[in-house]
Amino acid sequence: MGRLLAVIILIVTLLLVVIGTVWPDKAALAMMVGTRARTIHRATSPEAAAQILLSDISARDWPSAYSRLANKSEFSEDQFERDLTGGYPSLRSHATVDSFDLHPLHATNDEAEIRADLHWSTVVGDFQESRALKVVRNGDTWAVDWPLTKEQHVPPQVIAVNYLRWDVIYRGPEDDWGTQDVEAPHIRIVDMNPVGRPDEVAVMGEILNEDVVPAYVTVKATLLRKDGSAIATEDAFDKICHTLLPKQVSPFRIDFPNARLADVDSVRMQPTSSLVAASADPVVEIEDQKLNASSRPTLSGELVNQSGQIVNIAHVLGTFYDNRGQLQWVSDGYVNRALLPRIPAAFAISIPPDVVSKVNTYRVTTTTFTSHQYQ
Amino acid sequence: MKTAITLSLGFLVALTLCGRAAGQDLQFPKTVEAGRAFSVPTTGSGKATLYVVGPTQVLRREVSLGENIAFARGEMANAGHYTAFLTGSSTATADFDVTPVSQPSSISFLAKPSRLAVDLPNGISGVAYVFDVFRNLILQPTPVSFQLSGANSAVQVQKVETKNGVAWVKMNSATRSGPAQFEAEAGGVVDKRVIEQVPGDPCNLRMTARADGDRVALETDPVRDCSGNPVPDGTIISFTESYNGETSTVDAPLKRGVAKTDLPAYKGATITVAAGVVMGNEIRWQ
Repeated sequence: MGRLLAVIILIVTLLLVVIGTVWPDKAALAMMVGTRARTIHRATSPEAAAQILLSDISARDWPSAYSRLANKSEFSEDQFERDLTGGYPSLRSHATVDSFDLHPLHATNDEAEIRADLHWSTVVGDFQESRALKVVRNGDTWAVDWPLTKEQHVPPQVIAVNYLRWDVIYRGPEDDWGTQDVEAPHIRIVDMNPVGRPDEVAVMGEILNEDVVPAYVTVKATLLRKDGSAIATEDAFDKICHTLLPKQVSPFRIDFPNARLADVDSVRMQPTSSLVAASADPVVEIEDQKLNASSRPTLSGELVNQSGQIVNIAHVLGTFYDNRGQLQWVSDGYVNRALLPRIPAAFAISIPPDVVSKVNTYRVTTTTFTSHQYQ
Repeated sequence: MKTAITLSLGFLVALTLCGRAAGQDLQFPKTVEAGRAFSVPTTGSGKATLYVVGPTQVLRREVSLGENIAFARGEMANAGHYTAFLTGSSTATADFDVTPVSQPSSISFLAKPSRLAVDLPNGISGVAYVFDVFRNLILQPTPVSFQLSGANSAVQVQKVETKNGVAWVKMNSATRSGPAQFEAEAGGVVDKRVIEQVPGDPCNLRMTARADGDRVALETDPVRDCSGNPVPDGTIISFTESYNGETSTVDAPLKRGVAKTDLPAYKGATITVAAGVVMGNEIRWQ
C-alpha cells in the first residue's frame, strides 16, 4: 500500500513538472525570462541591450542596470535610481516593473531607437510608462543611452501656511445617556445612475457633504431583483473621495462584476458618514484638462500643488456627463510621482471608448495622501 | 432579568402560601408614595413571616402579630405593583401600588440634532423624561418647560405636560448662527443642551478676478448664507475655467471668509464659481 502511494506521488510529481515546463505560468515565465536576460552579459543587439537593462530594472538591481548604461557619465547612480523610483516618497517608491514590451522604431549599424513600454505594478493597480531608448553600439556590444528625466526639486525654504484643521471630541463614558454626541455630518446623494456594461453593472453617482464639518463617507449599493431579493452588495472602495470637506462633492462608482442590468429591478443605496479630523490643505489645482478621443480615450491634465506641503500620492477622479447633464461614467487614476509645491505633474485617466462619444462635459476632482496624514 | 427573577420568586411564594392564605386581611394602603415610611397593623398573636414582592425587590420580615409592621423611609423605593404575603399561625395576602414621588428630581433630556442649519422650521426636537428622586419615571402629567435661547436670537419657550412620563417639542432654528442653549425644566429641575446653529448654503456667491502675470487671481467676496451669516472657513469653493475645449479647476477652502486661488490666464476663458450645488457668478476673461 505504502509502495503504491509512493509510486502515485512520483507519477503525479513528474506530471506536474512536465505541465509546468510545457505550459509555464505567466508570472513564472516573466521571472525566467528576466533571469535568463540578466545572465547574458554581452548585449549583441539593440534589443538584447534593452532587454538586459530592463530586466535589471525589474529586479531593482540599480548598480547592475546603471553599469550597463552608455551615458552613465552624465548622471550618478543615485539620480538614475531616483528617476525610476521617485525622489520623494510616492507610488513609484514601492512599485515594481511587472513586465515590459520593446518596440524597435528604427536602427542603423551604430544606433537604434526602441520604445520601451514598462508595466509597473502597485498596491492600487498598475500604471504604464513609455520611454524612448536610444541604443548605441560600442565595439561589438550595444548599450542604452538612458533618457533621464530629472525630477524638479523645490529649494529649501519655509512656506507659511494658514493651516485650517478640524479635530473631534466624542462623548465620554462619564456623560449621561441623554447627552447628545457630536452629530454625524449630513451628506446627500445628489445624482445616481446605474449603467449596464458588457461584463458588469456600474452604479455611479455624486455625493455632497452639505454640513459645515468634514465627513468621512462611504457608499454601499445593493442590486435588488423584482422579488426584492439581493443580487449583490458592493461599495465604492477607491472610486470615491472618502474625505469630503464642507460643501465638497465627490463622484463614486460601484462595480458589480458579472451582474446584468436586465436582472436589476431597483438599487438600494446606503451612504454613511462619520466625523473625521481633517485638514483643508493641500489645495490642488487641476490644469489643462482635456479629452483625448482616440482608440484608447483618456482625460489628461496636470496637477499643481498650490500648498506648501509635499503630496506623496494624488488620486484623480473624473466624472463624465452627456449633453443632458446625465452622469455617464466615473473614472479614476493615480499620479505616480509626488506633487511638489507649484510643480505640475501630468495625469491621464482612461475612459471606455463607447462612453467617450457620449461625453459632453466632465468634472475632475482630486484627493491626496501625504506620508503623515490622509486628506 | 432582575424583574423576571423577582416575579418568579413571588410566584413561588404565592404558590406555597395560597393554599394556607385564609381568614386574616393585611391592612396595606392601596397606594404608597415611593420611599415614604408607613406602617401596617396586624391582628392576632404569635410570630409570623411577611414577604413583600415588588419590582426588582423582595422583602422578608419576621413580625409579631398584633403589632404594627413598620416600613422605613426609602425601603420601598421602586414604583410598581407589590404583593404582600403573611404566613405563620394565620395567613393573609394584600396587593398595593408604590407610586413615583410627584416632585421631579432629574430629567433625561434628548435634544436632536446637536448641529443644524439656521432657519429650519421644526428642525430641533427635544424629548424630556422626568424622574423622581428614586429614578422612577413620573407617570402623572407633569409640566415641562422647554426654552431655546441664543445670543443673537429671540428666546423660544414651549410648555407641555408629560404623557406617560415623557414630554416632547419641536422648535425652529434661529436665523442667526451660533450656539443656542436648549433647556428643559420640570419642578425646578433643569437640564441643558447646546445646539449649534450653523450657516446654510452660500447665497449670492460672487468672485472677482484680476491679472497676476500670466495668471488670473480669483477671490470671492465674503461668502454668506441667505440669512447673512458668514459661511464657515473650510467650506469648499470650486473655481472652473474653460478655454478652447480645455478646463482647469481648483477646489479651494474658505479661509477668513473668502476663497482665493489663481488659474492660467487665457483670453476668452470663462470662469465660474460654485459651492456644492450652489452656482455663483461667471467671468469672461479678456
